[in-house]
Amino acid sequence: MTQAVKFTLNGAECAVDLDDPRVTLLDLLRERLGLTGAKKGCDRGQCGACTVLIDGVRVNACLTLAVTVQGAEVVTVEGLATQGALHPMQQAFLDHDALQCGFCTPGQILSAIGLMNEGESGEDTARVREGMSGNLCRCGAQPGIIAAVRQVLRARSGQTG
Amino acid sequence: MKPFQFLRPRTLSEAAEALRRPGAMAYGGGTNLLDLMKSHARTPDVLVDMTAVSALQDIALDAAGDLRIGAAVRNATLARSPLLQRHSPMVAEALLSGASAQIRNMATVAGNLLQETRCAHFSNPDAGCGRRDGGQECDARLHAGREHAVIGWSESCRAVHPSDFCVPLVALDAMVEIVGPSGLRRVALADFLLLPGDTPQRRTQLGAGDFITGLILPAAAAGFAAHGRYLKVRERTSFAFALVSAAAAVQIKEGRILAARLALGGVAPKPWRVTAAEDCMGGRPPTADVFRAAAEIALSGAAASGDNGFKIELAKRTVVRAFERATVGVAPLDAAMPASVFDTLSKA
Repeated sequence: MTQAVKFTLNGAECAVDLDDPRVTLLDLLRERLGLTGAKKGCDRGQCGACTVLIDGVRVNACLTLAVTVQGAEVVTVEGLATQGALHPMQQAFLDHDALQCGFCTPGQILSAIGLMNEGESGEDTARVREGMSGNLCRCGAQPGIIAAVRQVLRARSGQTG
Repeated sequence: MKPFQFLRPRTLSEAAEALRRPGAMAYGGGTNLLDLMKSHARTPDVLVDMTAVSALQDIALDAAGDLRIGAAVRNATLARSPLLQRHSPMVAEALLSGASAQIRNMATVAGNLLQETRCAHFSNPDAGCGRRDGGQECDARLHAGREHAVIGWSESCRAVHPSDFCVPLVALDAMVEIVGPSGLRRVALADFLLLPGDTPQRRTQLGAGDFITGLILPAAAAGFAAHGRYLKVRERTSFAFALVSAAAAVQIKEGRILAARLALGGVAPKPWRVTAAEDCMGGRPPTADVFRAAAEIALSGAAASGDNGFKIELAKRTVVRAFERATVGVAPLDAAMPASVFDTLSKA
């Protein structure tokens, strides 16, 4: 039985006729909608490479059935830049050289924006590290990642940086 | 993944009807069940998404002081609830120490109560596991280690209950609200979760057609709001299951313990509570030797199920430290590393 799923994807209306409820949001994005920014790392919710925002909240797309995003607002890394200008979090990752291979980067950036939306960590290093623990980087870029996230959180809190 | 039918009820009666279908399973955030479906450890024929049922979304304090939490409330939402933070802050501390931010945003209350063990043999259908398939087979028998139980286990299953959330809930006499064919009933969480014995597949008191609608933290739990802590020892500081954890709470008057609560995580097939350990502290001062005496009682009868005897002493020391922290007060809600022994913001 086909299930019609309608949701907002990066600001645009998206309607999909799902022929199988087993499809995860991650597979829908990557295999059927051509958005390969969210990555399939572990496919078990352990690495965070598939992190996207649903209604402004960070989740693992690999553990989300696509049929459950009915009516929701989904944002992936492809939806962050506006009119060619990078999102401040994307720019901060460039500024701090916060990646090596880049595989975890889209998930890191979406998770960091989720952390920012939660508004609880401030720019404290220990809190940012704890808040980003759902995203693994196997290259060793973590110091740059944390510096990038802190830069944006610092700017958001109105201090210089 | 085995094919399944997906249903998304909006009301309790629609949910009840959907869950009566053969092979139906309730579905919350999917953080555990979907993972198990991918490995074929769980193969529901009908998946009933409970997260859109409007009657399961509320957190409310009633006139008697009971805090009722809807089954579909997400872990992150609950941890940030001012009602919970005032009523039972150590429950919020436990929630925040569990999993990752992404998973806390997805996982639900009922899903947490019903989550499966993380014993590797359970999630691998090629391994023998009576907990998964029924029977007495247990491929962990010769491989039990750090992640396995040291108390409450049986020859047929030495898996541990993985939840952080459930540990303070058991300590605080939380009740599970269940709707089933015979109507609505409330069961103490401590009784709801079952020990494996020789029926390891029977993990809870949920019967056919039963589903969880909510969780109740009784008014009496709030009596421990001022002195309660969750302490979690794990292999890494964040995003790891408990090796050993303790929820410890006390009421203190004029330097004496009036009442105490204690439950342990990571050591048993369900959160481990021994009321005699609590009772032995009554009338005594909140000192390390009193806490140690309680820990000895709580762990009496413990036995290694494999290469994990160290967890018994680790559990006792964790109990002492958790009570030392509880005596000082409660965790700051913005703790940098919730429930961590390394959280320097938390003295003691």
